[in-house]
Amino acid sequence: MAEHRLTFPTTEAEIRQLRAGDLVTVDGHIIGIRDRTQIRIFDQGVEPPMDLSGAFLLHTAPNVRRLGPGRYEPMCIGTTTSARMVRFTEGLGSQYGVRAICGKGGLPDEAIEPMQRLGMVYLAIVGGAAALETTQIEEIEEVAWEDLMPECLWKFRVKDFGPLWVGIDSHGNSLFHDVQERAQGRLEDILARL
Amino acid sequence: MTLVRTDLQQVVEDAAAHLYVWALKDIPQDLRDALADAAERETSVPGRRVLDTIIRNVSVADEQKNLVCQDTGIAVYTCHVGEGFPLHPARIYAALKTGTERATLEHPLRSNAVHTITRENTGPNTGHRLPIVHWEFVPDWDGLDVKCVPKGSGSENMSFLKMCVPADGVRGIKQFVLESIVGAGGKPCPPGIVGVGIGGSADYAMYLAKEAITRPIGTRNADPIVAELEQELYELLNETGIGPMGLGGDVTVLQCHIEHADTHMTLNPVAVNYQCWAARRASVHVTASGDIEYDREF
Repeated sequence: MAEHRLTFPTTEAEIRQLRAGDLVTVDGHIIGIRDRTQIRIFDQGVEPPMDLSGAFLLHTAPNVRRLGPGRYEPMCIGTTTSARMVRFTEGLGSQYGVRAICGKGGLPDEAIEPMQRLGMVYLAIVGGAAALETTQIEEIEEVAWEDLMPECLWKFRVKDFGPLWVGIDSHGNSLFHDVQERAQGRLEDILARL
Repeated sequence: MTLVRTDLQQVVEDAAAHLYVWALKDIPQDLRDALADAAERETSVPGRRVLDTIIRNVSVADEQKNLVCQDTGIAVYTCHVGEGFPLHPARIYAALKTGTERATLEHPLRSNAVHTITRENTGPNTGHRLPIVHWEFVPDWDGLDVKCVPKGSGSENMSFLKMCVPADGVRGIKQFVLESIVGAGGKPCPPGIVGVGIGGSADYAMYLAKEAITRPIGTRNADPIVAELEQELYELLNETGIGPMGLGGDVTVLQCHIEHADTHMTLNPVAVNYQCWAARRASVHVTASGDIEYDREF
């Protein structure tokens, strides 16, 4: 298990160095996105008004205080369950050049192939650890699609964002697949004993 | 000196507004102890790191008076209303609703409530049939107990119901609970509380599963047969290896709580309702004269 520090946006070459199980800490800019944001992009065909190439996407809908037009102060920012949004993985990579998707709880196996082909990773965060996560967000720099509040497109500047685990790498490996496979084996043993 | 309050509805409303925010910021001691104990016994490297991060997060929330988790949930209340409590439940409900709204606007808290078809946000965490209240009416008593459990969606999405048949027996119940939790993997933010409802009817089993997750961690069902099943499932669930946040490890659940009801001779319903590690909960006791006492568990 290696440890990495990455600054986003980043390149495919950097992403290809990461292996499932590695620990990652992130600096730079990350983009908050959620169910309704991606429904608008992919199901309603609306182009996102932010550049997503090389981007780190965070599955989030933050608690914020409005300071003025388009200006928000972070109050409590945490991360939501990723699995709901797995069907957008391929499009985020192939159409927009996204490099990392970060959320909690993992992405199902259908994300493995597109991530391998397109050079993307899934980064797993500690779900619910939002008080800590908020301290790693320096500023909300930009907000788009405020009508979807709180499921807008958010641009955050972060420092020491993590710890994050490489849940799915760009080489066809998934930590979540492995844990699930092992657990199913143990479940069979348990059920045989009942 | 006892202050006699005339506006009980206002007292309950103020208490509800306080409970919602307090529950989100200050997790109960039994949960803190369970998390510390989990960190102690976890042996996997990622599992230990996850639990250390969770405990650090709770400290940061304490120090900064911030929310533990960003998901302010849907506000679920449990009310035990004494028959002599001088405020009608219709007014208690109105007070809980207004209290929830005030907490959301005054803090401010993220508003999660949406119309279930249009998905448009309905406003300050209230709406049609929101908040949700579980009622119990208590004879020979004039008090009111209110417990607020803000329920996050990551764990609520991991809810499962199976209408087992009598021939499936208790084994069928165990199998369904185990399969549900293994299938849920890291999605509901493990390690949390597995709430199980058995018996009654389909809807009541799920209601009971929700009741189960609101209990202080490690309390046992008063029926020794059910308590034994709680302990057995708790141990078996921790053999699955799902681990903290589903990254693999020893601690998959903090506890398994079961609530039960008698049922029809041909029914054997089992419902699972998961509560994440951030098992937020706060309670208040209100007397007939409007005095309040926080943190009296029930």
